[in-house]
Amino acid sequence: MKKVIEIVDVIDTAKVYAELSDANSGGICVFVGAVREFTNNEEVVALEFETYEAMALKEMGKIADAALARWGLNKVVIRHAVGEKSVEEPVVIVGASSAHRDACFEACRFLIDTLKETVPIWKKEKFKNKTVWVSAHP
Amino acid sequence: MIMNVLFFGITKDIVGSSEISFSNELKPTSVASLKKRLIESYPEFSKLNSLAVAVNSEYADDSVLLNGNEEIAIIPPVSGG
Repeated sequence: MKKVIEIVDVIDTAKVYAELSDANSGGICVFVGAVREFTNNEEVVALEFETYEAMALKEMGKIADAALARWGLNKVVIRHAVGEKSVEEPVVIVGASSAHRDACFEACRFLIDTLKETVPIWKKEKFKNKTVWVSAHP
Repeated sequence: MIMNVLFFGITKDIVGSSEISFSNELKPTSVASLKKRLIESYPEFSKLNSLAVAVNSEYADDSVLLNGNEEIAIIPPVSGG
């Protein structure tokens, strides 16, 4: 499998090395996004993620295909979690493996940056006294 | 044929439901007219950073025509990652 595209309830960060390992890859790069405790000095209790799953999987697949083609990667993983996540829990993991390190470093940056722009996943920040849909308003 | 429209994220909260239906005579015929109709019914939609529409789970621009057999979804500003 050249690409792994998934929406899951819980991200198992230990799985990704086996998924990206490849006889032709001398470099493997992984980015993990996690829940941070403070946003603008306000304490976050949890993040809640929801998705339009059919479309999210399609969009994630397009991003993976674009990265495979652009950097000649051997393997790509894009996996996002949904549901409620507390501080320090992983919420997204992207990874790429390639013959040399430059390609997988650059591809990882592209994978996470593009995911944040196009994939229909929404995050609600839960503070002690309020909840806010991230990026909804100017 | 009834047209169903799906809502996610903040638009689901604004509408108070994850889905609404338009009856035959009131169906918007394009993405542009659907957006206009929604903004008239739910003025808070106009305050959002962006409002995209997906037709059959692909982003669709304002000129795309609708016949009501598609899966239509409202996509507020995404915030994954």
